[in-house]
Amino acid sequence: MRFDLEVIASWITPRAKVLDLGCGTGELLALLRDQKEAACTGIDLGEDNIQSCIARGLTVIHGDINEEVDDYADHTFDFVILSQTLQQVYAPETLIKTLLRIGRRVVVSFPNFSHWRCRCQLFFQGQAPTTSQLPYYWYNSPNIRVITIKDFRAFAREASFTILSEAAIDTDSHEHQGRIVTFLPTIRATYGIFLIGSQGQGNE
Amino acid sequence: MPNPSIGLVDKKSFTLPGALTLESGERLAEVSLAYETYGELNAERTNAILICHALSGDAHVAGFHPGAEKEGWWEIMVGPGKAIDTDRYFVICSNILGGCMGSTGPSSINPVSGKAYGLAFPVVTISDMVKAQKALIDHLGITKLLSVIGGSIGGMQTLEWSISFPEMVFSAIPLATTQRHSALAIAFNEVARQAIMADPHWQHGDYYGGPKPDLGLAVARMIGHITYLSDTAMRHKFGRRLQDKNDFSFNFDADFQVESYLRHQGSKFVNRFDANSFLYITKAADYFDLTTRLTQEGKSVLSKALARYLVISFTSDWLYPTRKSKAMVKAMKKHNINVSFCEIEAEWGHDAFLLPNPRLADMLSGFLDRMTKEYHL
Repeated sequence: MRFDLEVIASWITPRAKVLDLGCGTGELLALLRDQKEAACTGIDLGEDNIQSCIARGLTVIHGDINEEVDDYADHTFDFVILSQTLQQVYAPETLIKTLLRIGRRVVVSFPNFSHWRCRCQLFFQGQAPTTSQLPYYWYNSPNIRVITIKDFRAFAREASFTILSEAAIDTDSHEHQGRIVTFLPTIRATYGIFLIGSQGQGNE
Repeated sequence: MPNPSIGLVDKKSFTLPGALTLESGERLAEVSLAYETYGELNAERTNAILICHALSGDAHVAGFHPGAEKEGWWEIMVGPGKAIDTDRYFVICSNILGGCMGSTGPSSINPVSGKAYGLAFPVVTISDMVKAQKALIDHLGITKLLSVIGGSIGGMQTLEWSISFPEMVFSAIPLATTQRHSALAIAFNEVARQAIMADPHWQHGDYYGGPKPDLGLAVARMIGHITYLSDTAMRHKFGRRLQDKNDFSFNFDADFQVESYLRHQGSKFVNRFDANSFLYITKAADYFDLTTRLTQEGKSVLSKALARYLVISFTSDWLYPTRKSKAMVKAMKKHNINVSFCEIEAEWGHDAFLLPNPRLADMLSGFLDRMTKEYHL
């Protein structure tokens, strides 16, 4: 199990209703179903991913997350998860607003662009960083946005949503091992994971 | 790869205990349904799956009839160890009301006149077909079906089941289908019907005992076959290749392979299908519209549905294109229904759901497995 998914799973309350956007082959969905008895739905654009998910007994919808999320009624889900996808979203603010409409809580995770490796590559080599979290060059990257942990906090203020929890994690290249970073997280964390709610929502 | 078959099967018949009141308000005094079952119903009666057939299908889904060479129409998907596993599930399929494969339809004897109904047969709807099937399911002592599965017009029946008798349908798998026909689909059906009705042998439906409107029915089938394929499928299957010749004949014989194929499909069809049934079933499909039907409280009928759905479409299906399935899924999501959806990449057009497809098989088997677990929760 990927370490970031373990952290996300630890935030999900038992028997919650969960939507996982860009669910892949359903690793997180299966974990939440089996360990948290969560009622899970996934959305993914890949036909192969969807087929794997349905074949392993998961509820999933084949489609583009930006379009599919619009159909749900308000607060259909307890949690909506956008894991390692925000950096590929064309209209992040619109999407996050929709997610906060259809879900009571939203989990967002993304590769932290202010990690020291990124900083060093840009500073010493003068080149756009390529890391195991962001393994593409500028011309072939699907990651159209660069986000840092600090940027996301500022975005929360700008877009008027509340950060309820955050975890900065440092993972190894296989992403299976990792740890929570508390000292200099914006430099040492490979990923930022945030639990957010609409403004006015406190920690309940 | 040897495919285990369910083997020899037999066709059974069930007569409804009373008259059937139709959506139009008319009553059919005597209704019989031809049906087949495979596998064993378990003691708790929780493993029953109803398969709904499409326009030209019948109750014979899998296995062989005694003496017959040809297996049932979904042999690839239904049998021991297959996606719809007859070692685990009790599978039922009945010929639809209005059909001509053993169930009451326009070619049946009208008890009033003692002759075949012809056009005296009342117009039936998808909802009427499902109502008749429901009497059969009651008769078999099943209170809740584990799943209802069907493609095309069978998919319409599947959807209809889930809203007409929501408490009896634990899950539903509508394949390559739609909540309602587009103008394009109605148009093709209408041209097909006109071909039948233009045949001088049709005689306003009163042709039983005399020559049948075979030419009209064959043309209707040819039109249907065009819509079941796709541009790509036809290019690959036929291209502009000539049939058994190297040059044009400079007459109106079937020069091209595609012409020969359609003629063959048409003439094959008339031996097994009744032209009036074709009229009635296509009309029922044209009338079907889930989107405008409301509950007594004025809400969409989908608000009554209790089933978990698996909706499947195929990329090259232009008769019931993916956008039709997507609209269905959208409506289900709005009603907080548990729905899974996959668009399968397939070049064979609408008929793709009938062709061997390991990806479809994996999804059906995984979904049914999940339903078995959830049913017993």
